[in-house]
Amino acid sequence: MAERIPEPVPAVALSGIRKSYGSVEVLHGVSLAAHEGEVISILGSSGSGKSTLLRCVNMLEVPNDGTVAIQGEEIRIDRRAGRPPRPSDAAQVQRLRSRAAMVFQSFNLWSHLTILENIIEAPVHVQGRDRKDCIAEGEALLERVGIAAKRNFYPAHLSGGQQQRAAIARALAMHPAIMLFDEPTSALDPELVGEVLKVMRDLAAEGRTMLVVTHEMAFARDVSTRTVFLHKGVIEEEGSSADVFARPHSERFRQFLARA
Amino acid sequence: MHPEREAKLHDYVQLMGFAPGGWGRDMLAATGLTVAIAACGFLTSVLLGALGAAALLSHLSILRAAGRLYTTVLRGIPDLLVIYLFYFGSSQLLALLSGGSGGFVGAPSFLTGVLAIGVVAGAYQAQIFRGAVQALSRGEIEAARAYGMSPVTLFRRIVLPQAVRHAIPGSGNIWQLVLKESALISVIGLVELMRQAQIGAGSTRQPFSFFLTAAALYLVITFLSGIAFRSLEARATRGIRKAV
Repeated sequence: MAERIPEPVPAVALSGIRKSYGSVEVLHGVSLAAHEGEVISILGSSGSGKSTLLRCVNMLEVPNDGTVAIQGEEIRIDRRAGRPPRPSDAAQVQRLRSRAAMVFQSFNLWSHLTILENIIEAPVHVQGRDRKDCIAEGEALLERVGIAAKRNFYPAHLSGGQQQRAAIARALAMHPAIMLFDEPTSALDPELVGEVLKVMRDLAAEGRTMLVVTHEMAFARDVSTRTVFLHKGVIEEEGSSADVFARPHSERFRQFLARA
Repeated sequence: MHPEREAKLHDYVQLMGFAPGGWGRDMLAATGLTVAIAACGFLTSVLLGALGAAALLSHLSILRAAGRLYTTVLRGIPDLLVIYLFYFGSSQLLALLSGGSGGFVGAPSFLTGVLAIGVVAGAYQAQIFRGAVQALSRGEIEAARAYGMSPVTLFRRIVLPQAVRHAIPGSGNIWQLVLKESALISVIGLVELMRQAQIGAGSTRQPFSFFLTAAALYLVITFLSGIAFRSLEARATRGIRKAV
């Protein structure tokens, strides 16, 4: 019998997250924790609140209620009545954001910087790391995602798949505790989806902690350790990916799978 | 060459030459003053334009209103009128400050001229800079925030370099406008290229020689500065997909 070890601190813990826009509430109290090494797929039809939930992790959206903690550190939020909620400590948010690197649907590489410059930008100018080290590491990361030859190109000269792989390298360069993927393959031509998913599979295989909002059923089923299905701002189904795909409990998730 | 034509050419070279009796030295000095007015006026317009754009993009409605007032009024009245207002306005102000003896106090014409031109051009620059900032991709700004950039870092590293890139073509046009508007400063007695050409034309009764020479000199300046702006633009627009 293994000794009982204390519960480890999750890389990200969301608790009771509510988010509304005006009078419309899009998240009705969602709780989700990602532990180290977990790959969690967040599924849901459009309007289910899945992207909003992911954006609450790094405060691109500030939840109206509930808490967000990154590696056990709770982000302090100012929720005085009469104005939109906002983080009370900008420096804390900036520090925690660089531990939760995000990969966007539309890549969002900085268009005036070369691919290599994109990768070292935040490590040098946000984390204050040594430029030479960052360049060496950046080149290794580009090698890894298979676009080392493009390091001096500008984003506009790369295909969507190459841009997204560069964006993943940019995220890796932050040495993040968790990686946030916001529909990373949704803006890609079908023939380019595979090259991005392959990089993500490799990352999952090496034990990276990942939170992935996606429409890729195969990725959710075969790669992610856990799958969460969000419907109208509520978690409808949650469990190990093998379980939820083999034996879905919720009728809505069954319908969702049937349509996918 | 036809002897008569050769004689005319010889006369022209004498007229615009640097020998005693030639106007070359005066014309070149006036050209230098024109470039100096235009350069100072342009720098003033960049400063005022940056402030104006900051006001137009501000979160505070009072600043936005002030920015709109500035750009609307200064773009809406003739430049010559602005120059007169600046010149006579500052003359009266100086007279008032010097004790109000009632006499006319000449305002420093270089300074008032540069300010008048800079204020007008600044109103156009403000709109160009505002557009340049608004042309930035929301997603890139969001990525900068998501990667932990502070507002200052975000402005310095992402917003500014891209806004400059978007603003250069429009700003290059303003430079050409400012250069040509410097000719209006001649009305307040500054002997820049336009005024110098008038003086030469009047005293030699050879208006065409002087005005055509002035026109050629203006063209040389715009041509050279055009090259400078294009190379700046080429440098700054690296990374934008070219039509291949």
